[in-house]
Amino acid sequence: MKLGIGARILLAIVFAALVFSPLAIKRFASRHDDSKTKLDLQTALARHGFYLQEVSHAAGVNFVHEAPTLDPRLNHIMPQVASMGASVSIVDFDRDGWPDIYVTSSKEGAKNALYRNMHDGTFKDVAEEMGIADVNRSGTGVSMGAVWGDYDNDGYEDLLLIKWGKPELFHNDAGHGFTRVTDRVGLPPWINANTALWFDCDGDGLLDLFIGGYYSEEVDLWHLATTKMMPDSFEYAKNGGRKYLFHNLGGGKFEEVSEKVGIKSRRWALASAAANLRGTGHPDLFVANDYGVSELYFNDGKRFHEVGEQTGVGFAPKSGMNASFGDILNQGRYAVYVSNISEEGVLIQGNNLWVPKENTSGDSLKFENLARDFGVEIGGWSFGAQFGDLNNDGTLDLYLTNGYVSLDRNRSYWYDFSKIAGGHSAIINDAKNWPAMEGRSLSGYQTKHVWLNDGSGKFVDVAQAVGVTDTYDGRAVAMADLWNQGVLDVIVANERGPLLIYKNTVIPENKWIEFELEGTKSNRSAIGAQVTVFWNGQQQVQEVSGGSGFAAQNQRRLHFGLGKFPHVEKAVIRWPSGQIQTIDSPAPNENHLVKEPS
Amino acid sequence: MSNQGVPLASQFAQTAYWKRFLSPENRYLAPMFITCILIVGHLSFGILESYKKTGMAIAASLLAELLLGRIFSGKWPNLASAYITGISVGILVRSPAFWPYAVCAIVSIMSKYVLRIKGRHIWNPSNFGISVLLFLAPETVASLSIQWGNYLLPMVVIWVLGSIIIWRVRRFHITGTYVAFFIVFAFLRSYLTGSPWQSEIAPLTGPMYQLFIFFMITDPKTTVRSKFWQCVVVSFVALAEMILRLSQVVYAPFYALFLVGPAALLIEMWFNSRRTVPARVAA
Repeated sequence: MKLGIGARILLAIVFAALVFSPLAIKRFASRHDDSKTKLDLQTALARHGFYLQEVSHAAGVNFVHEAPTLDPRLNHIMPQVASMGASVSIVDFDRDGWPDIYVTSSKEGAKNALYRNMHDGTFKDVAEEMGIADVNRSGTGVSMGAVWGDYDNDGYEDLLLIKWGKPELFHNDAGHGFTRVTDRVGLPPWINANTALWFDCDGDGLLDLFIGGYYSEEVDLWHLATTKMMPDSFEYAKNGGRKYLFHNLGGGKFEEVSEKVGIKSRRWALASAAANLRGTGHPDLFVANDYGVSELYFNDGKRFHEVGEQTGVGFAPKSGMNASFGDILNQGRYAVYVSNISEEGVLIQGNNLWVPKENTSGDSLKFENLARDFGVEIGGWSFGAQFGDLNNDGTLDLYLTNGYVSLDRNRSYWYDFSKIAGGHSAIINDAKNWPAMEGRSLSGYQTKHVWLNDGSGKFVDVAQAVGVTDTYDGRAVAMADLWNQGVLDVIVANERGPLLIYKNTVIPENKWIEFELEGTKSNRSAIGAQVTVFWNGQQQVQEVSGGSGFAAQNQRRLHFGLGKFPHVEKAVIRWPSGQIQTIDSPAPNENHLVKEPS
Repeated sequence: MSNQGVPLASQFAQTAYWKRFLSPENRYLAPMFITCILIVGHLSFGILESYKKTGMAIAASLLAELLLGRIFSGKWPNLASAYITGISVGILVRSPAFWPYAVCAIVSIMSKYVLRIKGRHIWNPSNFGISVLLFLAPETVASLSIQWGNYLLPMVVIWVLGSIIIWRVRRFHITGTYVAFFIVFAFLRSYLTGSPWQSEIAPLTGPMYQLFIFFMITDPKTTVRSKFWQCVVVSFVALAEMILRLSQVVYAPFYALFLVGPAALLIEMWFNSRRTVPARVAA
C-alpha cells in the first residue's frame, strides 16, 4: 500500500457515501411523494381535478365476499389458498342504458349478487329473481369470476361464470331472467379457473370464449386425492390448469379448440385480456401467470403463436395477477399493465408496465418494462388494476388494488413463505410441507394506489388525497360511468371484504365523450371494436373489452376524458368485422350510441 | 470408457493436466465454476433478472478492482476475485432498478480496500455488499430466493461439480461442516417451531445457498487459517443463522456470515498478536 493518509480518508468518505446512498435515495424519493396526504373534496378537486367517495351503503349495496372452506388438509394454509374469488363485472343486462353490477362470493352456499341500477343513485340486488344468485352450491365449486358477452347476438349480454368447479353459462332472456345453458353448450365438468374473457378470435361475428385454469382441472379442492397440488416452483411452475378456447359455432354450440390453434400452456393463469395490438384486426391474447412468465399470443385469425419471450414480456418470471391495456401516452398504441408482488425486505418483483418499443410494430412488436420510469412499479401484493381517465384531463390514469391476506396485524407469515418459496419442486409442490399460517398476515392491510398520469410519462400516486383510503384485501377493479354523469366511477371487490363503490366527482371544466357501440356484422356486444378519438392535436385509442384486469370487466361503453376546451376533430371506429367508420366532430359531453353500418 | 490403445505417456499427460486444472493454484477455477452456474442456471430456466443488470454488476466490479488495485498497489490486479464478486452480485441481487447492481458491486470491492485490519480485509466482499444493500434498501432490493426451476439435474450438477472443485482446492471441509450443521439446525428449528422439516431444509435446495456455501463461506482471504478453526467458525455461522431464522430474518445466512466471519478473523488476529508479543519479549 503506497497511498498516503489523505487518500485513504478520501476513499473512506467515498465508501461511506456509497454505503449510505440507498438511504439518501429513499429520503429524496419520499420528499416527492404526496401519496400519504389526505385531502378534503374541494382541495382534491382543486389539486387533482377529481375525488372518489365510497358510497356503497348509501347506494344500497351491502355485499360482503366470503371465502370457501376447502379440504381440511389445507387448514394450516387455508387463508392463502382460499384467497381469491372476489370479482366484479359491469353489464347493462336489461338494456336500460344504466350500468349494473354483478359480484361473486365464494363460500359454499353463498349467493352472488346482480345489482340493478335504479337510476336514482341506488342499486337493488335482483340476482335471486333473475336466477343467477344460487350458483355456489356444495359439490359444484364456488365462483371465481364472471364475464358478460352476447354470444348469440340477440342484443342481451349473457353471463359466463367461472369457478373453482363447474363453469356455468347463463343465457340472458331479454333482461327478464337467465336460463342455464351450460350443458347444452358443452362446457367441461370442472375447471379451477381464475380468468376468462369473451372475444371474437376469428372475426366471424360470434363471440368466442377463453378460460384460463389455475390449479389443475384434476384437482377437487374440497376432496384432495393428494396434497401435492401446489405449484412445483415459485417462478417456473408448469403444473397449473390447462387453457380452453371455445370457438363459437353459432346456434348456441361451442367447440373446444385450444390445442388445435396453438394454446397449450399449463402455467398458472390468473388474468387475461385481448386487444388488437398489431393492427391486424385480430385480437391478440395476453395471459398473466402466477408463478411464472406472462404469455402473449399473436393471433393471425386462425392460430395463436406464443411470442412472450420474443416480444420481451415473457422473459423474467414473476407472479402475474393482472392484465389491462391502456394507451397511456396518447399514441394510438396499447401498453400492458401486469401486477406482481413487492414486499419490502423480502421480495421486490415490481409491477410491469409493458410499453411498445419505438419503431417496433406488427409481428416485430416488442415491449419494454417502463414501470419504474413511469412510477407505477411498487404496489405491494398487487392484484386488479384498470386504466381510465379519472379526472377527464385527456390521459389514462391507473387504479391498482392490493393486499393478500389481512389477519393479525402484528405477525407476518412472510418469513415462512419465503422459506418454502425457495425450496425445490418436491418440497414446494406438497401443501403439507408449507408452514402453518396460524393467523398471521401475508402482505395485509395495504394502502391502494391511484396513479394520476401527467401525460408525459410520469404517474403520481394520489390515492389518499382523492379519498381511496381503504385497506381491504383488494382483488378486482372495474370502471364504469355508473350514474351517467360523464365520469368513471370505480368498483372494487375485496376478498373476505365489502364491495366498494367509489363515486367520482370531477371538475366540470374537464370535458368528456363516450361511445356505446353495437355490432351488426361484428358481434353485437362490439367486443374488440376500437375507437380512436382525435382532439386538440392528439389521439387516444380504446377497445371494447370482454374481460380485463383481475377477475373483472369494465363497462362496454368507452369513456374518453378530453380536458379543457376540447375541439374534437373526429372519432374513428374500427369494427371487428374490419369496417372503418368515421364520425366527424362528435359533440363532447355526450354518450354517442353508434350502430355498426350494415 | 476404456483407455486401451492410448499411449501410457499420453494418459499420464492427461491426468497431470486435470490435476493441474483442478489444483488450488488454479486461480481461474472458481471463476469458471461460477460462470458455469450462471450459464446452466440461465439456460435451463432463466436465472438472470436481465443480461444488462448482471453485465453492469460484473463491469462495475472489474472496473472498481482495476482502479483501486492500481491506485493502492501500483500494479494491475488479478481480476479473478473481482469477477466472482461481480457475478455473485449479478445473480444474488434482485431489484427492478439498475443502480443496486452497480452500487452493490462497487461497495463490495471497495470494502476490500477500506475495511482492513493489519493488512487484511475482514469481510467477504460480496457478502458485505449484499448484506449492506439488503439492510439499507429493503424497499428496492431483495435477494435471489427461488429454485432451479422444476429441474433436478442442474441442481445435482452444481452440487457435484461444486463439491469436486471445492474439495480439490482443499476447502470442502468448510462447505461440508456448514451443510451438516445447517441440516442439524434445520431439524432443531423444526422441533422448536413446529414447522415441517421439509420447509426448514428447503432453502438449502436453492441456488442462493449454493453460491453462499461454495463461494462466500470458503473465501480464503476472509476465513481463519487453521482447518479445525475454519470448521468451528463455520459451525458458528450456521448457529448464528439458526438464531436469526428463529427471529424470522429472511436473509439470515448473509447476516450470519456478516457477523461471525469478521469476528472470527479479529479473534484470530488477537491470538496471533498475543503469541508474537511473548516471543519478542523473550528475544
